[in-house]
Amino acid sequence: MATTALPSRGYLEDDTPTVWAWIKSWLFTVDHKRIAILYLLAINFYFLLGGLAASVVRIELITPQGDLLSSDLYNRAFTLHGIIMVFFFLIPGIPAVLGNFLIPLMVGARDMAFPRLNLFSWYLYMIGGIFALSAAVFGGVDTGWTFYTPFSSTYSNSNVILTIAGAFVMGFSSIATGVNFIVTTHTMRAPGLTWFRLPLFVWSSYATSLIIVLATPVVGITLLLVAIERIWGVGIFDPALGGDPLLFQHLFWFYSHPAVYIMILPGFGVISELISTFSRKRIFGYEFIAFSSMAIAIIGFLVWGHHMFVSGQSVYAGLVFSFITMLVAIPSAIKVFNWTATLYKGSISYRTPMLYALGFIGLFVIGGLTGIFLGVVAIDIHVTDTYFVVAHFHYVMVGGTIMAYLGGIHFWWPKMTGRMYNEVWGGISALIIFVGFNMTFFPQFVLGYLGMPRRYHVYPQEFQVLHVLSSAGSTVLAIGFIIPLVYLTLSLWKGKLAGDNPWDATGLEWTVSSPPPAHNFDEIPVVTTEAYAYPPEAAERDAAAWRPGSPL
Amino acid sequence: MATTTTTQGSEVQGHEAHADHGHAGHGRELQHHFETPQQQKEAATLGMWVFLVTELMLFGGIFMAYAVYRWAFPDIWAEAAHHLNTPLGAVNTVVLLVSSLTVALAVNAAEEGRKQRLIRLLGVTMVLGVAFLGIKAYEYSEKFAHCAGYKTPIAWATSGTPLGETECLVPGRAFVFPEAHGTTAADVHNEVTPGQGSPYQLFYLLYFISTGLHAVHMLIGLSIVGMLTFMAVRGVFTAAYSTPVEIGGLYWHLIDIIWVFLFPLFYLVH
Repeated sequence: MATTALPSRGYLEDDTPTVWAWIKSWLFTVDHKRIAILYLLAINFYFLLGGLAASVVRIELITPQGDLLSSDLYNRAFTLHGIIMVFFFLIPGIPAVLGNFLIPLMVGARDMAFPRLNLFSWYLYMIGGIFALSAAVFGGVDTGWTFYTPFSSTYSNSNVILTIAGAFVMGFSSIATGVNFIVTTHTMRAPGLTWFRLPLFVWSSYATSLIIVLATPVVGITLLLVAIERIWGVGIFDPALGGDPLLFQHLFWFYSHPAVYIMILPGFGVISELISTFSRKRIFGYEFIAFSSMAIAIIGFLVWGHHMFVSGQSVYAGLVFSFITMLVAIPSAIKVFNWTATLYKGSISYRTPMLYALGFIGLFVIGGLTGIFLGVVAIDIHVTDTYFVVAHFHYVMVGGTIMAYLGGIHFWWPKMTGRMYNEVWGGISALIIFVGFNMTFFPQFVLGYLGMPRRYHVYPQEFQVLHVLSSAGSTVLAIGFIIPLVYLTLSLWKGKLAGDNPWDATGLEWTVSSPPPAHNFDEIPVVTTEAYAYPPEAAERDAAAWRPGSPL
Repeated sequence: MATTTTTQGSEVQGHEAHADHGHAGHGRELQHHFETPQQQKEAATLGMWVFLVTELMLFGGIFMAYAVYRWAFPDIWAEAAHHLNTPLGAVNTVVLLVSSLTVALAVNAAEEGRKQRLIRLLGVTMVLGVAFLGIKAYEYSEKFAHCAGYKTPIAWATSGTPLGETECLVPGRAFVFPEAHGTTAADVHNEVTPGQGSPYQLFYLLYFISTGLHAVHMLIGLSIVGMLTFMAVRGVFTAAYSTPVEIGGLYWHLIDIIWVFLFPLFYLVH
């Protein structure tokens, strides 16, 4: 016992004498909870920035002519949106904020295995972000977030290198986080906390970390090669030397397809926690959910070619990739079925996190099923590079990851801050986001199917109605994102004190005070039960005791 | 990565908190968030192994590119490899393998708590590492000297013997691959198109990028071993605590293994 003598003081409290000392106590902290808060602030900033770029894109698309932006500026706007959202929000989002905060608490440890590496990863994230932002300030980049060669290497006259440097550095920040999660899960678990007693959020974060660790270095070296090609004018992907631009696509998607699982897998973990807690039931099919995360992580490495059906790769390769893509649907579906089975005969309470969780399931099913459409070579060739694809990946990434992110933030907000948010506004904004999201992206399925190509800022008159609908929806969505920002911030002062376990949930993180003490546990706990040990009759008891205004 | 003593959370807790709990009952090197030294060691070692996996994947991208282009231009690959300095590459391989041995012995010395032997072995490792980089630098400068029209870097510096034939194997505008000795299949297949670079450049580009990246890792490895030597001199390591030497050694072996693949792939393909 290294720290039994320490007083249990909340991690947010300080006795720093000066403002400067207070700032230093945050910027040089090695406490995983404080690092999570640093990430929370930074990531939300980038989310708003990416959202701003998306708004510009949607405003431009209200009319068929290009009246707000030139085509070149439009390219830069959607590229900024894509790069910020993918590299600086979706990929680090749930792992860096919720994962950093929760994993040591969930496994019963005092911190991550490598606390200073954890802080270092935040600095890397910020440095990467500054590179990407400075690229935008100096005029932006127009390659799309995919950096396809030879456009990005030979022909683009924008700040490709700065942006690539940003993504490259950010990649190392992910790797640091991934290494930390893997080692923490392996070596820091409390006595009695066997692998099959771990919360499913830990399982999915572990699977995510495996992907991060295996895939991120590949995109790192690939982007480095593009940068070398741009700087010295000779490159691996340069057709003039006999090089193959398709090799870039292969290497890029070898990372970037697994990267979509980096975005969604932690979301699956959050949803498993939410569904179980707000159904007052142990999760249905724990082992299946745990192993389906691992299956997704593994199979996810074998499907990158489905991004390249029209690239001229071999037809047979296309068919194999198509088949393996279908296989990924199986573990994903297992999760959805297990969540619905958990809901069955549960005592369901529609608190804000649960609204997000249910919204997640609906949107993810649509996103996932259209993914299967796109995994079929024939349909994919028909709708390649149309808004159908745009709608599909927004359903998965936004409808999936952001719903899970917001659901998780609301669920653990009382633990992170010690205060409850405003439940009424929480419910309202969850509904607004759900409606706004569908209004924005469902018309894009139709648009794409009718033949509207992506990345164009002018379009035929006939598409205008659907585009206006989509832009209107994005306004609703934006309002839905701004409301939580307001009431969550206000709750820091006005919210009522949450208590240690406001949701009556299981899990070690709910056994410590809210906000948790700086060293998490005075005594390392001994775990003797499974993760979701709701008593068998909990659901029925809650249902019987329910009356308006009950906490659950 | 968990290599030194820290006072985790001391900023948060204030200094008085750190003063009163002390390190009674365990060595100073045990960080506060670990329960036992074994747990800390396990975490550090696993962390290094996971990191090594990411390093392998980093080089994996280059090996992939190598495989694709060697498959596309087998004859060019075989011919291009003749123009690398194989004897120097072979010497470098030996230097690196010996350095791996000295690191392994250093780890052993650290485990046994033999301080002087540990410092000496780490020192030898650093000398070998610097020698490797020196030889590599000479090989690089040889290629640059050829571009400038001299036979060797020394000739270049002293304006000595000029190079007989035109040759410039540094990728770029000036790249010239010397006339092939006799007509090979490669010449028939890959007639140079006006305005087009030659696929020979790809070989040298991959060579410079991969050995360059390897050299960068070597520099990192040298600074790690340097730090370990410093710590050893300060007497940080005991028979009971030598984890940093062990995981530093793991990193050094990785550098070694990468080279063991790079050497035959570039120097010995013909």
